[in-house]
Amino acid sequence: MIRKSFWSLLGLSLASAANADWALNMPKGVTDLSVETYNLHMMVFWWCVAIGIVVFGVMIISLFKHRKSQGAKPATFSHSTAAEVLWTAIPVVILLVMAVPAAETMIKLEDTRDPDISVVVTAYQWKWHYKYQDEGVEFYSSLARTSLDARRKQSGIDVTSVENYLLDVDNPLVVPRGAKVRLLLTANDVIHSWWVPELAIKKDAIPGIVNETWFTANEVGTYRGQCAELCGKDHGYMPIVVEVVEPEAYTAWIDSRKDGDARLASAQ
Amino acid sequence: MTATVVDTHAADHDDHDHGPTKGIKRWLFSTNHKDIGTMYLIFSLIMFFTGGAMAMVIRSELAVPGLQFVHPEFFNQMTTMHALIMVFGAVMPAFVGLANWMIPLMIGAPDMALPRMNNWSFWILPVAFGLLGATLFFPGGAPAGGWTMYPPLVLQTGDAFPFLIFAVHLMGLSSIMGAINVIVTIINMRAPDMTLLKMPMFVWTWLITAYLLIAVMPVLAGAVTMLLTDQFFGTSFFLAAGGGDPVMFQHIFWFFGHPEVYIMILPAFGVVSEIIPTFARKKLFGHDSMVYAASCIAFLSFIVWAHHMFTVGMPLTGQLFFMFATMLIAVPTGVKVFNWVATMWRGSMTFETPMLFSLGFVFLFTIGGFSGLMLAIQPADVQYHDTYFVVAHFHYVLVPGSVFAIMAGAYYWLPKWTGHMYNEKAGKLHFWMSTIFVNLTFFPMHFLGLAGMPRRIPDYSTQFTDFNTIASIGAIGFGLSQLIFVWILLTAKRGEKATDRVWEGSHGLEWTVPSPAPWHTFTTPPKARIASESFE
Repeated sequence: MIRKSFWSLLGLSLASAANADWALNMPKGVTDLSVETYNLHMMVFWWCVAIGIVVFGVMIISLFKHRKSQGAKPATFSHSTAAEVLWTAIPVVILLVMAVPAAETMIKLEDTRDPDISVVVTAYQWKWHYKYQDEGVEFYSSLARTSLDARRKQSGIDVTSVENYLLDVDNPLVVPRGAKVRLLLTANDVIHSWWVPELAIKKDAIPGIVNETWFTANEVGTYRGQCAELCGKDHGYMPIVVEVVEPEAYTAWIDSRKDGDARLASAQ
Repeated sequence: MTATVVDTHAADHDDHDHGPTKGIKRWLFSTNHKDIGTMYLIFSLIMFFTGGAMAMVIRSELAVPGLQFVHPEFFNQMTTMHALIMVFGAVMPAFVGLANWMIPLMIGAPDMALPRMNNWSFWILPVAFGLLGATLFFPGGAPAGGWTMYPPLVLQTGDAFPFLIFAVHLMGLSSIMGAINVIVTIINMRAPDMTLLKMPMFVWTWLITAYLLIAVMPVLAGAVTMLLTDQFFGTSFFLAAGGGDPVMFQHIFWFFGHPEVYIMILPAFGVVSEIIPTFARKKLFGHDSMVYAASCIAFLSFIVWAHHMFTVGMPLTGQLFFMFATMLIAVPTGVKVFNWVATMWRGSMTFETPMLFSLGFVFLFTIGGFSGLMLAIQPADVQYHDTYFVVAHFHYVLVPGSVFAIMAGAYYWLPKWTGHMYNEKAGKLHFWMSTIFVNLTFFPMHFLGLAGMPRRIPDYSTQFTDFNTIASIGAIGFGLSQLIFVWILLTAKRGEKATDRVWEGSHGLEWTVPSPAPWHTFTTPPKARIASESFE
């Protein structure tokens, strides 16, 4: 009996380990800058690990060696100018090593000049609106029906059976691979924030203000994110989906959207 | 005729070291720093459990994906109230309580300089939190726009809105009065031969903290008053439609908010700097450089506020400035940590509960400091901002940071307060349970944030399940572990009698008075030299 339940438990945990990914780290992402950001993140992380090993190492040695039960007699020193100057100066140097590449990446992140495509993103409680500035294509993007049904309290739907639960939308933002896409962000009601981790972009959408950011995706694929600024009760339910497609597919998609919009207009 | 009688009576009272009045009046009208300190500490413990109960609601809902227990709007009320209660109700009053009890004892003063204001600054607090807590029962519920109160969202709060604003005003009033009292006491009432640089570290860090409080609490009051007039009197300070700027609020709020985080950690540095030398039986390493480092941190705290706002769309030069300034804080903070380690080095350590909590503090606060350094890097912060990585960061500096320091201080001075030794075994159990569960709760949150889980969401996509479940188990374990502390407090007087020194390596004036400390102490100023001589 016990053995049986042990094996079933093991099987269950293996299965869940296979399903859920125990993601530990930031995604590398699919833009040049997302890779740079990832590298910055890892560089600072390893510096922290190194400093941690030294500081905690000294501390742990002290904790084992300099204890009363080991017969340690307390020393009487309480000051050392040399040591204090040293451990003020070394951190300054380490910080400089971090600050220079961080500033370089930041400068690139803020350079929104010469975009290939501009999309106006307007945030609402609780959905997104995208307008392709030069194409006359615009649409709302909100939580997909499947998640919408499952998200209710005691919905009776097993959320693990819903594909991309809370991370799927009805109309994704479609952009071509390799194009510099500039987003112009604003909001209609309260502050929201547009974030897709794989693109390493997070920018607040603020009523009365137009913010700018940009990305160039290098790989075709579907990238998911969420609103990152508390915006009321359904803050957790306004995901973002970006489809990066080949340039030809993008042109075809834009044309079909244009046709669709035109049909809608003539029908009215 | 009558007046003469009353006068003689009063003179009689001055002549004798009389005890406190009996019953409720002792507490309601108290002007005694020890009684007020006790009230502050008990109040903060009650708030710690109230805010903790809200954390339990949050973690229960987040244990598995899907909505199980609460609706999203109530979830948001819980996160908002949890933060307000923990920041203004638990951590800050706990440090004021420690200050009330210990600053007069450490500097050899008979009481706080302004005892009646001391009473007032305490009794405002229950009123403030009564107002705030009452909103939970209002139609529309408690404030749900986050403790940061960003407009325009916070202006969507229902009937709770004016109560939130007035509660924050009252908390600010209380803090400002407490801070004035601390400054006046420290500047004017030190023992005659206690020069500024001879003051114990806890007194120093509180002096600096008090200046921070006076500088920034009025700024917060101004910000929330502007919210109030935007809501009710037709102004447009923060409303774009009327020519205002929602981002302006964030600048003003964080000009308060960043010094505020040091208000919650500097006294913790002070407590730990008292405890480590005692149990290492060795003088604090680099006392003066500790003072300069704390002052340096306080100064820098005023010029880094916009690192909370790297995604609002600031000009490049502004972002560069705030990134560099923020990184600089690592230098004086590093000096503090190195000095603590150097204090332990070649000491003769024992590991009683206060020391354990202090060591836990140094280890885990440093981990929070590392993630703080990572957050300073602007391009990386764009990824971390408003995710569970940030939640992990500030809980590491606040829970095993500030809260552990408060616990350490409580165990350290408890024998002085009660006259009895607490149950050491239970204290150690409390420490180990707290340490294991605090890490189980908050460490996985780093991974969640990096993997892309935003903060303040009631439900999440299924790939975040495993770490959320672990965090929830940890949180419930941490909450239950704190009941050990309550049991220790309730049985605090059962232990053996404490000596005046209490600890073998104790140093400072507070250990020269009897345990428990009598109701009035240092009615004549002591010689402070005793304080620095105990290690020689």
